[in-house]
Amino acid sequence: MLDLHFPLHTSGALSGLICGVLFGFILENAGFGSPLKLTSQFRLTDWSVFKVMFTAIVVAAFGLWILRLVGVIPPDSVAVPQALVMASAVGGVLVGAGFAIGGYCPGTSVAGLASGRLDALVFIVGLLVGTFAFVGLYGPTIRTMMAMGSIVDGDTFTDAYGVAEPIVLAVLAAALVAVFYFGSWFERRGPGPVSAEQAVAGAE
Amino acid sequence: MAGQCVTTAKFPKGKKTMNTLSTDGRRTVKPFWPPMAAGIALGLALLFTFLITGHGLGASGAATDVVAGTGLAVAPAATQANLYLASKVADGNPIGSWMTWEVLGLFIGALVASFMAGRFRVQLDAARSVGSSGRIVRALAGGLLAGFGARVAGGCTSGLGLSGAAALGIAAFVFLALFFATGLIVNRIVRGV
Repeated sequence: MLDLHFPLHTSGALSGLICGVLFGFILENAGFGSPLKLTSQFRLTDWSVFKVMFTAIVVAAFGLWILRLVGVIPPDSVAVPQALVMASAVGGVLVGAGFAIGGYCPGTSVAGLASGRLDALVFIVGLLVGTFAFVGLYGPTIRTMMAMGSIVDGDTFTDAYGVAEPIVLAVLAAALVAVFYFGSWFERRGPGPVSAEQAVAGAE
Repeated sequence: MAGQCVTTAKFPKGKKTMNTLSTDGRRTVKPFWPPMAAGIALGLALLFTFLITGHGLGASGAATDVVAGTGLAVAPAATQANLYLASKVADGNPIGSWMTWEVLGLFIGALVASFMAGRFRVQLDAARSVGSSGRIVRALAGGLLAGFGARVAGGCTSGLGLSGAAALGIAAFVFLALFFATGLIVNRIVRGV
């Protein structure tokens, strides 16, 4: 019998390539190589970004919970981001602004380039310049800002505030239903989701 | 989802469609997956990634690795002395890390998808709406902000927002809330696309 201990903690090229190919194949098929479709989320005319993201979050979160319940993965065995509240907030503001102005986020810009979009390549150059600028400016000031408002008791609502995990999952599931309900309502009121033909033709 | 869709592309609902069969006259553009199907697929891919690596999917980390790796090659002393990069280059060049391979895979997967669906088209998207130079300036500025912001947050929409939320991290929900609120506001001030 094969005795595998999940998570496997692979970190090699093959593992990265397989996960990446799945990721990219799905992103492009969802329409997320198109800056028109992506930014339509902010215009509230196409809710695909939120629908896809929330569905994926709920599927993966429930999956991790079930895998833990049945003992496939031990508790606290997957990476949880540190609860650096100020860093996440400031970063969210900057990435959100960059998304609205540039039309992509880091992952979707790679999908954009892979569907032939040269503006995505320019965005990627910007990403590298922005990363370089951060690295150059990084020091005590940025570090102090990033540590502000950190939650020390834990990184999840369960660890930090004692909210039972099934309740957190139920709230997420309710949010998913709300995103589909209100999103579709907005989509019916407006021009509707960006089609593949429109995305390929480009924003005008 | 797969299969031989040889019929001409369907124009859903018949409204505000346009003819994009122009370049070779016979290209068929397949529709995008429905959001729920794409979301379930993405959730399962993310779950698979957690199972085989112990962490989620990401993107912006590859930019850090490329900057660190390039720095190590061009200015090794300065890179090793840099407060942020020192730990990244301690074990050698980070180009070749899991994250750089994953982003290469992302590119390949998206390339295959766009070719299979007839959606590959070389273009400067949104040049028609904001002009070529306008689009280049916006894409560059947007990338710069997102690249800087992802380093502040310690991840981007995929690494922190998506993967972090699946792991129920508080930081992910803080990030997503401000990401969306800012996008809504900035979209009304600046015409990006």
